[in-house]
Amino acid sequence: MQLTGAQALIKSLEMEQTEVMFGLPGGAILPVYDPLIDSSIRHILVRHEQGAGHMAEGYAHATGRPGVAMVTSGPAATNVVTPLADAYMDSVPFVCITGQVPYSVIGTDAFQEVDTVGITMPITKHNWLITDANDIPRVVREAFHVATTGRPGPVLIDMPKDVANQTMTWHWPDSVDLPGYKPNMKGHPKQIKDAARLMGEARRPVFYVGGGILKARAAEALRELVESTGIPVVTTLMARGAFPDDHPLCLGMPGMHGNYTAITAMQESDLLIALGSRFDDRVTGKLDGFAPDAKIIHVDIDPAELGKVRRPDVPIVGDCRLVIEELVKAVRAEKNKAEKGGAAWPALDAWIAQLREWQERYPLHYEQVEDGPLKPQFVIDALRDNTPDDTILASGVGQHQMWAAQRWQFNHPYTWINSGGLGTMGFAVPAAIGAKVGRPDRMVWAVDGDGCFQMTAQELVTASAERIPVKIAILNNAYLGMVRQWQELFYEERYSEVYLSPDLPDYVKWAEAMGCVAFRVDTPDDVETTIQKANEVDDRPVVIDFRTDYREKVYPMVAAGTTNSEVILDPAHDRPGGRD
Amino acid sequence: MATSEMSGKHHILSVLVENKFGVLTRVSGLFARRGFNIVSLAVSPTEDERFSRMTIVVDAESAPLEQITKQLNKLIPVIKIAELHPDEAVERELMLVTVKAAPEVRSQITELASIFQSRIDDVGHDAITIQVAGAPQKLDAFIDLLQPYGIVELQRTGLIALPKLARRPAKLRAVKNRAV
Repeated sequence: MQLTGAQALIKSLEMEQTEVMFGLPGGAILPVYDPLIDSSIRHILVRHEQGAGHMAEGYAHATGRPGVAMVTSGPAATNVVTPLADAYMDSVPFVCITGQVPYSVIGTDAFQEVDTVGITMPITKHNWLITDANDIPRVVREAFHVATTGRPGPVLIDMPKDVANQTMTWHWPDSVDLPGYKPNMKGHPKQIKDAARLMGEARRPVFYVGGGILKARAAEALRELVESTGIPVVTTLMARGAFPDDHPLCLGMPGMHGNYTAITAMQESDLLIALGSRFDDRVTGKLDGFAPDAKIIHVDIDPAELGKVRRPDVPIVGDCRLVIEELVKAVRAEKNKAEKGGAAWPALDAWIAQLREWQERYPLHYEQVEDGPLKPQFVIDALRDNTPDDTILASGVGQHQMWAAQRWQFNHPYTWINSGGLGTMGFAVPAAIGAKVGRPDRMVWAVDGDGCFQMTAQELVTASAERIPVKIAILNNAYLGMVRQWQELFYEERYSEVYLSPDLPDYVKWAEAMGCVAFRVDTPDDVETTIQKANEVDDRPVVIDFRTDYREKVYPMVAAGTTNSEVILDPAHDRPGGRD
Repeated sequence: MATSEMSGKHHILSVLVENKFGVLTRVSGLFARRGFNIVSLAVSPTEDERFSRMTIVVDAESAPLEQITKQLNKLIPVIKIAELHPDEAVERELMLVTVKAAPEVRSQITELASIFQSRIDDVGHDAITIQVAGAPQKLDAFIDLLQPYGIVELQRTGLIALPKLARRPAKLRAVKNRAV
């Protein structure tokens, strides 16, 4: 069968079971948009290419399938750089296709020419410049394979216009031949045995669970491991929902804005079992003071993560799900051995009692005064309590993200979608849209900041046009709140370039202009009823402009450059009767 | 002037890669992004033309080097990486050097060249170009000795290396037995 390169590309995407792609056409990618008309693939026309990238990410986060975006060359390619970098940091499977000027004129500074492969080399797992249309099926197959296996990540295919127009003979490769790419899936049996033994000997162990659990579809396996050991769990920002918050052994989120118990459990631990986590600086605080007494078991599919930050006592390279399943068996064997001798395995009663005491003594805290300004935490709590248990929550980056991560009850995996590693403001709106496209059966809310919202709000036009009913809660405190918080605490309240204004733009009018239903809420009394009204809208996006108290800060906090032993609690706790 | 003094921070990496365009950029870019200076780099296709071998000499402490080899391993076109310890590798480097050689000193220079088992590749009225191969230290010494005459131009290839062949005692014994 003779096809054009463009037809071959679309057909290859269909072969990879692509059901939807996010994109925006332009000169160099024009040939590929033509056969798209006849394809089964749904295309969602975005308003900015960054939106296409984040939608693909949101889709991937929510479904576990690779997100696909397609844009043209030059400025379109540079506009997807941010989502590619975001997906690279958070290991999101994302296949990006960019148009390129004809191969015959590459290197001549042609109109809308940019070295896309060169620019995206450090922020993709791999990328390809196609020089011959006959390579298209093989490259697409390789791209999906690389994006979704091992440690997932973004890949990019750069498609010159003349290659898209070239005639090729269709053939679909049976297999992928990449001699330099063989992810190690199975953990080493001896290391797994050693890990199980250490888990039995520990007196203050903690499972330090990261986003890798979700990428490996290992949430169920993890639950079995936790319940067969009785060891408590912290879930990092990328792993919220990987272990249910309503489980008695879940301690919640550690890190710079984690809760006191989760932070301190890690800090006082004698054994950290890191599962698909990477000792990020926002989790460890000042590294040389981090968990000083802890031995480390580190499980990751990426060998480069083992020893990158903290040298593990037991390194295990492998897929989290497969390793955890083996760990469960090894743990049972150790347990049987110990219990025959009449010993508890592991002996954790004192540790659990200590954790309960911390939880009781240092809960998350804020105060909503009845006639006072609306507290952002009050909004998050109301949203949490007035939405279905399996609601997917997306967020941007900043204070609102931390409050959401702290206070939401994530009882199911794949219900929390945010930008962790790169910290991309503006992530929430397009990511929520992508998630809703992937999971139309679920309610999808985004908690966003006013600063973040202004970066990518135009994608609500996309959502309205495509009838994608996402719901956006703007915590509008009229400030770049997290920056303001740092200036208040660490720059002597010298506020530099952080004020945004609560009503410029008018968020309600703006949202309505974009085809959304919009509400404004100023008082605690209206919060719940307005959320309920928003929940009833199912044919278009909804935006609620919550006017929140700009003075509210995110606590607890571990200040930059300090160790996790120096948790700053909220002011109420720092008064007498608070932390000793 | 290049010096190849093998300090404790020098490491030789032998990297087998797919022979495709852009692979050198991926590899060298990774070193650059992590702030490592490549001391020398030699690359050419292997006996199997689908693959190329890069010999990279890099200046780094062991711990960061471990991280960079792990990162290199993650590159899709990188097939295999071996760190070659100087005691367990055959190392060679090639150098072309043009040195001022007025007729009255020319014989001194050709004498030096013959001591270093090098070859005169080109002769002009007042300069000659010499080709010399060997361990980097030998090349350094040769440069030192030529310096007083005036080096006009110099190009070194950078180190190339292969692991030393494993000794096979069993076979050696067989040879010995036959001799007896």
